[in-house]
Amino acid sequence: MSILITSATRLLVQGITGREGEFHSRAMLAYGTDVVAGVTPGKGGQRALDDRVPVFNTVAEAIAETGANASCIFVPAPFAPDAMLEAASAGIPLIFCITEGIPALDMVRVYHVLREAGVRLIGPNCPGATTVGEAKVGIIPGNIHRSGPVGLVSRSGTLTYEVVQALTDAGLGQTTCVGIGGDPIVGSSFIEILELLNRDPATEAIVMIGEIGGDEEEKAAAFIAREVRKPMAAFIAGRTAPPGRRMGHAGAIISGDAGTAESKRSALEAAGVHVADSPSHIPRLLREAGVR
Amino acid sequence: MKLQEYRSKEILARYGVPLQAGQIALTPGQARAAAREMGGRVVVKAQVLAGGRGKAGGVRVAADPDEAEKHARQILGMQIKGSTVRTLLVAPAVEIAHEYYLAMILDRAAKAITVIASAEGGVEIEETAKTGPEAILRLPLHPLIGLQEHEVRRVGYFLGIPSELRKEFASVMRGLYRAFVESDADLAEINPLAVTAGGALLALDAKIVLDESGLYRHPELEGLRDLAEEEPSEIAAREAGINFIKLDGTIGCMVNGAGLAMTTMDLVKLAGGEPANFLDIGGGAKAERVAAAFHIILDDPNVKAILVNIFGGITRGDEVAHGIVEARASLSRQIPMVVRIVGTNAEAAQPILAQAKLITADSLDDAAARAVAAAAGSPA
Repeated sequence: MSILITSATRLLVQGITGREGEFHSRAMLAYGTDVVAGVTPGKGGQRALDDRVPVFNTVAEAIAETGANASCIFVPAPFAPDAMLEAASAGIPLIFCITEGIPALDMVRVYHVLREAGVRLIGPNCPGATTVGEAKVGIIPGNIHRSGPVGLVSRSGTLTYEVVQALTDAGLGQTTCVGIGGDPIVGSSFIEILELLNRDPATEAIVMIGEIGGDEEEKAAAFIAREVRKPMAAFIAGRTAPPGRRMGHAGAIISGDAGTAESKRSALEAAGVHVADSPSHIPRLLREAGVR
Repeated sequence: MKLQEYRSKEILARYGVPLQAGQIALTPGQARAAAREMGGRVVVKAQVLAGGRGKAGGVRVAADPDEAEKHARQILGMQIKGSTVRTLLVAPAVEIAHEYYLAMILDRAAKAITVIASAEGGVEIEETAKTGPEAILRLPLHPLIGLQEHEVRRVGYFLGIPSELRKEFASVMRGLYRAFVESDADLAEINPLAVTAGGALLALDAKIVLDESGLYRHPELEGLRDLAEEEPSEIAAREAGINFIKLDGTIGCMVNGAGLAMTTMDLVKLAGGEPANFLDIGGGAKAERVAAAFHIILDDPNVKAILVNIFGGITRGDEVAHGIVEARASLSRQIPMVVRIVGTNAEAAQPILAQAKLITADSLDDAAARAVAAAAGSPA
């Protein structure tokens, strides 16, 4: 078992002929993801990735021809909101948007339209997800994973890889790892992914990676205290970040007393989560909580 | 991107928001001339991005041009929360009958533009939130339709706007909303929105913060950025496509990804050192950007060692390794450099780093410890 993506996922890549789209589609195929179609307006009829994947002009055509049931978006920020809306209107139920730098007001509209349509969005500005041994969607390096009982949800990109690597090196494999993205408005919250991991029978323990800014970690802590009985470990980036400065991610900013690493750490600790001082301490904390 | 009061007012004026008009003064003489032209009492206001200008003595009322010049002389050059005052706004002083607070923000929780309003204007909203949260209205606007008339009325009734000013208030709300949407703002705040003794509605102070991601559709707004209040190194970084924030420590950090960059800083601190900066070279960085990052880090004379931490995903390790070796040859000063590269194409990066005889590390904790030791002058 796993969440969001499985070996049955039939993936469409929007922006498959771009530099990043092509590089990472190749890596997804190599991992075993069933990349069934690409969409690049104006390049319909061509084939991408050494003739292995058909390219279509529209998402609707790609679905009709290939039965795609998830989409991964690599198109540049000015066109990404439209790409998400196109995927949703064509009936794709699960969208991963990797693109960074999308204006927040565009995301206000996209978020609500997709919710209304019952579409699940992961991202934008996210690394995607891996269901270990089955499929990966996005840009997470495939070779850092191993199969096992730990589910992971994170707001970061490369920090997620750091933690996955630490788990793998310590012999703790993963079920599904999900990066929800670092923007102020993202399609899926910590709580929504925690709900899925909490229900997934294969996931025996959960790791959560947060960072300064907003109050999503605090809200997640309230949910964890109420619902989650699986052992959990967490790391919060940004203990040394100065207030009032935006630390790269549009979401990562401390304003006044809100959004500090300390407030998030204490909320999570109060909910019974083991909070690590370094990503490399997470495996030990999980072991101590009885995870094998 | 935070805008100065006078820039924020320029934008609001375009959308018909009634404002306390004023003039910019860069010297005491200009302040005097502005005051003479306006006649009567004027207010001389420091233009800095930090809050709390009034408390710091950066906002003063002058009875005549002489006093305006005197105030200007005192305020210019003043330090307010680390920023030097270089610009003043001189405006006619206004008799205030009442002050409201009115703002729109990008609300992450509601995923909407949310109106924040309070009948207790003139103080910071954070203060009101502490002392009397029930005095604040938070109203998320419809995310797809936008500001509607019933929402305008609701805010007006909540604030208790006098009936003879309802029309003017509605036009302030509509103007503020259009300014917010059409310039891709994160925040547009009027505080105070005053009712004058003469019964007019007037925005006395304004603050707009723009969404950096939206700037590509408003190239004209890029010119409103106040470069004088930014670190020169931060300006250079932005031009090179690098996320950089200068800090006070001795260990320069170069990392890919914002979360990992913050974590690297945290681990430097945990290992007993102090980070000199936050630096995210961004996804897919190549040799030129790596070189630019080194130059920016080394421009800070406090930097005693550099810690490079790259976890390749979209970024390819060998390209970064090449960039490091190339850049190192052209650097102005040679200081210890600890390099950790893992992930995509990391295997190809190792021989490049080994040949260049850089200090390498496998784990991030180890890399941080080595960098702290190197900065302290011990053999790493």
